[in-house]
Amino acid sequence: MTVLAETPLNVTGTRKIAFERLVRVELRKLADTRAGRWLLISVAALTALVLVIQLWVVVAQDLQVDFSDFLLAMNTPMGILLPVLGVMSVTSEWSQRTAMVTFALEPSRLRVVAAKLVSVLVVSVGALAVGLLLGALAQLLYGVLSGNELVWGSAGTLAFNYLVSWVLGMVTGFAYGALLLNSAAGIVVYFVYSFVLPIPFAIGAQLMDWFDHLRPWIDFSFAQGPLLQGSLTGSEWAHLATSGLIWLVLPLVVGIWRINRAEVK
Amino acid sequence: MSSLAAGSYGIDISGTPAIPFGRLFRVELRKSVNTRAGRWLVGITVGAALLAETIFLIVAAAKNLDSAYGDFVAAAAFTSSFLLPIIGIMLVSSEWSQRTAMTTFTLEPHRMRIVWAKMLAGMSLTAFVIAFALMVGLVCNLLFAVIQGQSPDWTFGWSGFFGFLINQTFAMLGGFALACLFLNTPASIVVYVVYKYVVPTLLGIGSALMVWFSHFAPWIDFQAAQAELYDMPLTGSQWGHLIVSGFIWLVVPLGVGLWRIRHAEVK
Amino acid sequence: MIKVEGLTRAYGSFIAVDHISFECRQGRVTGFLGPNGAGKTTTMRVMVGLTPPTAGDVTIGGLHYADIPNPGRHVGVLLDASAQHEGRTGREVLEIGARTMGLPSSRIDEMLDLVSLDAREAKRRVRNYSLGMRQRLGIAHALLGDPSVLILDEPANGLDPAGIRWMRGLLKGYADRGGTVFLSSHLLHEVEQIADEMILIGNGKIVARGTRDELLRGATGGATTTLVTSLDNDHLAGALEEKGHEVHPAGGGLRVTAEPVEVGRVAAEKQIVLTDLRAGHEGGLEELFLELTADTQREHDVVPTGEPSA
Ligand SMILES: Nc1ncnc2c1ncn2[C@@H]1O[C@H](COP(=O)(O)OP(=O)(O)O)[C@@H](O)[C@H]1O
Ligand SMILES: [Mg+2]
Repeated sequence: MTVLAETPLNVTGTRKIAFERLVRVELRKLADTRAGRWLLISVAALTALVLVIQLWVVVAQDLQVDFSDFLLAMNTPMGILLPVLGVMSVTSEWSQRTAMVTFALEPSRLRVVAAKLVSVLVVSVGALAVGLLLGALAQLLYGVLSGNELVWGSAGTLAFNYLVSWVLGMVTGFAYGALLLNSAAGIVVYFVYSFVLPIPFAIGAQLMDWFDHLRPWIDFSFAQGPLLQGSLTGSEWAHLATSGLIWLVLPLVVGIWRINRAEVK
Repeated sequence: MSSLAAGSYGIDISGTPAIPFGRLFRVELRKSVNTRAGRWLVGITVGAALLAETIFLIVAAAKNLDSAYGDFVAAAAFTSSFLLPIIGIMLVSSEWSQRTAMTTFTLEPHRMRIVWAKMLAGMSLTAFVIAFALMVGLVCNLLFAVIQGQSPDWTFGWSGFFGFLINQTFAMLGGFALACLFLNTPASIVVYVVYKYVVPTLLGIGSALMVWFSHFAPWIDFQAAQAELYDMPLTGSQWGHLIVSGFIWLVVPLGVGLWRIRHAEVK
Repeated sequence: MIKVEGLTRAYGSFIAVDHISFECRQGRVTGFLGPNGAGKTTTMRVMVGLTPPTAGDVTIGGLHYADIPNPGRHVGVLLDASAQHEGRTGREVLEIGARTMGLPSSRIDEMLDLVSLDAREAKRRVRNYSLGMRQRLGIAHALLGDPSVLILDEPANGLDPAGIRWMRGLLKGYADRGGTVFLSSHLLHEVEQIADEMILIGNGKIVARGTRDELLRGATGGATTTLVTSLDNDHLAGALEEKGHEVHPAGGGLRVTAEPVEVGRVAAEKQIVLTDLRAGHEGGLEELFLELTADTQREHDVVPTGEPSA
C-alpha cells in the first residue's frame, strides 16, 4: 500500500500579521463607513459650533473667560460622542457581521481587541489635538474681539486631564460594547451610566451622610469631575481608580472574555 | 367588469378587503415584544420602575421623608421616561436595521398605515408602563403608610395624573419621531439623549447669561414646558411654550421622518 | 398578469434598469435571467413598490401593487431571504406574516411542512439558520397567503440539490394550476428547466426573450444540432457529410447540423453502433447566454496566479 506523503502547509515565508498593521486597519474601519464618518464629522463640527456660540456669547456679554472655559465647553460634544464611537468600534463588527471576516483573517481575537483598543486611544489623542487647536483658536479670537488679556492657566495639566477623561469615556463605551455586543444596548447602558445614574446618586448623597462619603468611591462619572477642574489629589486619584474598577475594568474584562469565547455568526 | 377582473387577465380582489387597522396594530404590538431585544427592553423598563420605587421606599422610610402617592409615581416616572423613548425608537429603527421593513411594506404597501399602527403600539406600551407605575406606586404608598404607622397620603391629583400621562407619552413619541427621522438606532438614541439632557443645560446657561435669551428659551425648551404639565391648569403662555417647543421637537422630526419613510427605497 | 412598461431606475447617473418592458403570463413560469448586477433585483423591487421607479410602470393583474388590498393574499414575494429579524424564530416570522394577512395558525404548520422545516428548526432563531434554511423560510413566507402570483428573486440560492428539484416541481405545479410565476436567476440551467419563457437581461437592458426553443432557434440560426458519439466516429462523420450535413468534432463525439432522427438513420444504414445520441441544445443555450451578455460579464479571462504583488 502506498501512502502519499501529505505536503505540510508551508508557513515559513509568512509572518504573523504585525500588530501595528492591525491597528492601522482598525483605525481605518472607524472612518470608512457612513456611520463612522458621520460620527467623526459630528464630533469636530459640534465642537466647533459650541466654541463659536460660546465665543459669540462671551464677547457680546463682555464676559471674562480663560482657556479652561473653552476646554470645558467642548467637553460636552466630545464627552458624549467619543464614548459612542467607543461602543460602535466593537459592536459594528457584530451588527454588521464583519467579525466573521475579521476573526478569519486574525484568529487571535485578543490581538484584534487590543488593536481596537489602541485605535480608540489614537482617536482620543487625535480628538485632543483637534480640541486644543480649536480651543486655542477660539481663545485667540476672543483676545482679538474682546481686547481682554489672554489667560491660559495651567493648560498643560488641563490638556492631560481632558485626555484622561476622554480616554476613560471611550474605553468605558468600548467596555459596554464588548459586554453587550449590541450597539443600541451598549449606547443605552453608557448613557444610563453617565446621565441617569448620577441623579439618584446625587439625591442619595444629599439624603444620607454615609452615602455621601461612599459616593466618590463608586460613582465613576462623579470621580471624573475633578479631572476637568485641575490637578487631582491623591485621594481623588484613588476614587477614580476604585470606581473605574467597577464601571470600566470589570465590564471590559467580562466583555473581552465574552468576545474571546463567542460563537461568531 | 368584475367578470373581466376575475378572468384570465387580472386578479380577483373582490373577496379581499384591505388589512384592517386593528390587525396591523396587533401585529406591530406583537413585533415589539417577540424578539429577545424587545422583551428585554420592556422587561427592563418595568424592572427599573420597580427598582426605583423600592429604593425610594426604603430611603423614604429610613429618613422619615414626607412622601405622598405622587412622589412614588414620580420615582417610577424617572426611569421610564428614559426607557420609553428607547422603546419608541426601536419600534421604528429595528425594521431598518434588521431589514424587515422589506417584508412589512410588501405585505402592507401603504407605509403610513404601518407607521400609525406602530405609533399606537408604542402608546399601548406606554399605557402599560404607566399603569404598572401607578399600581406599584400605590402598593409602595400603602407599604410606606404601614411602616410609618400613619394613614397614606394620596396627594397626586388629576393634574398630576394627566401631567404624568402626557409627559410619558411625549417621551415615547419623542424617540419615535427621531427614529422616523434617522431610521437608525444609535443616531436616534444619541440625539434623544442630547435633547433630553444636554439641551436643557445649555439653554439654562444661555438664559443665565443673556436676558433676551431667557425670554426666548422657554419657547424651545420642550422638557421645561412639559414640567409645567404637573401643575394644571396651564396659563396661556405655558400652553404656548408647550405647543411651540413640541412642534419643534415632535412634529417637525416626525413630519420629515414620515416623508422620508414614504419615499425611501427599502433595502 | 404582470406587465412591465418602459421601466427605468436610475441611481444618480448610473442606470440600473434601462427602459425595459415585458409581460408574465398566467399559467406560466417566466424566468428572468442575467449576470450579477444586471438589474433583476431592482426590477423586482420596483414591482412590489419597495423601490420607486424613475420612469415607467408596473401592474399586476391590471393593478398597481399598492392598490391590491391585502397584497400578501394575491402576490407572494421573496426578495432577500436574509432580510429577516435575526432575533425572531422561524415560526414567529411566519406567525407575523400570517397574522398580518389574517390567516389561521394552521397555515403556518402547513407551510413549514411544505418547505420541510421541522418543528425543532422552526423554534430556532433566524440568526442560527443556514442560508438554505433561510431560503426555505422565505419561500414558505411567500406561499403563506396562497397567492396567485409569485415573485421570487433567486429562489434556488443556497438550496441543496434535492431542494432545487423540489422547488422546480412546486413552481411547475403552481403554474399548471393557473398561477403566475416570475423568478430570477443568474444560473441558466436552473431556469432553463422550469421556465416556459425566459427574459435575458444584461446591464439593465433586455437582450433576448422567448421560449427555450425560440431562443435556441435564434442561437443556431434556425438550424437544429445533434450531439452523437459512436464506436467509429470517422466513418460516421464521412457518411453524414456525404448526405450534406455539417459535422464538427465535439469532445469525444461529433456535433452535426441535423435532427437526431436523421443522424440515427444514417448510422443504421451504415451499421455503425451509437453510444450516445441527443439533441445538441444545451451548449447552444449556454453559449447564447454568454454571448448575449458578453459585454455585461465581469470576467475578462483573468486567472489569479501566484503571489499578490507587494
Ligand atoms: N441604491 C443604489 N445606489 C447605487 N447603485 C445601486 C443601488 N441599488 C442597486 N444599485 C446597482 O444597480 C445594479 C443592479 O443591481 P441588482 O438589480 O441588484 O442586480 P441583480 O441583477 O444582480 O439583482 C447593480 O450594479 C447595483 O450595484
Ligand atoms: Mg439580485
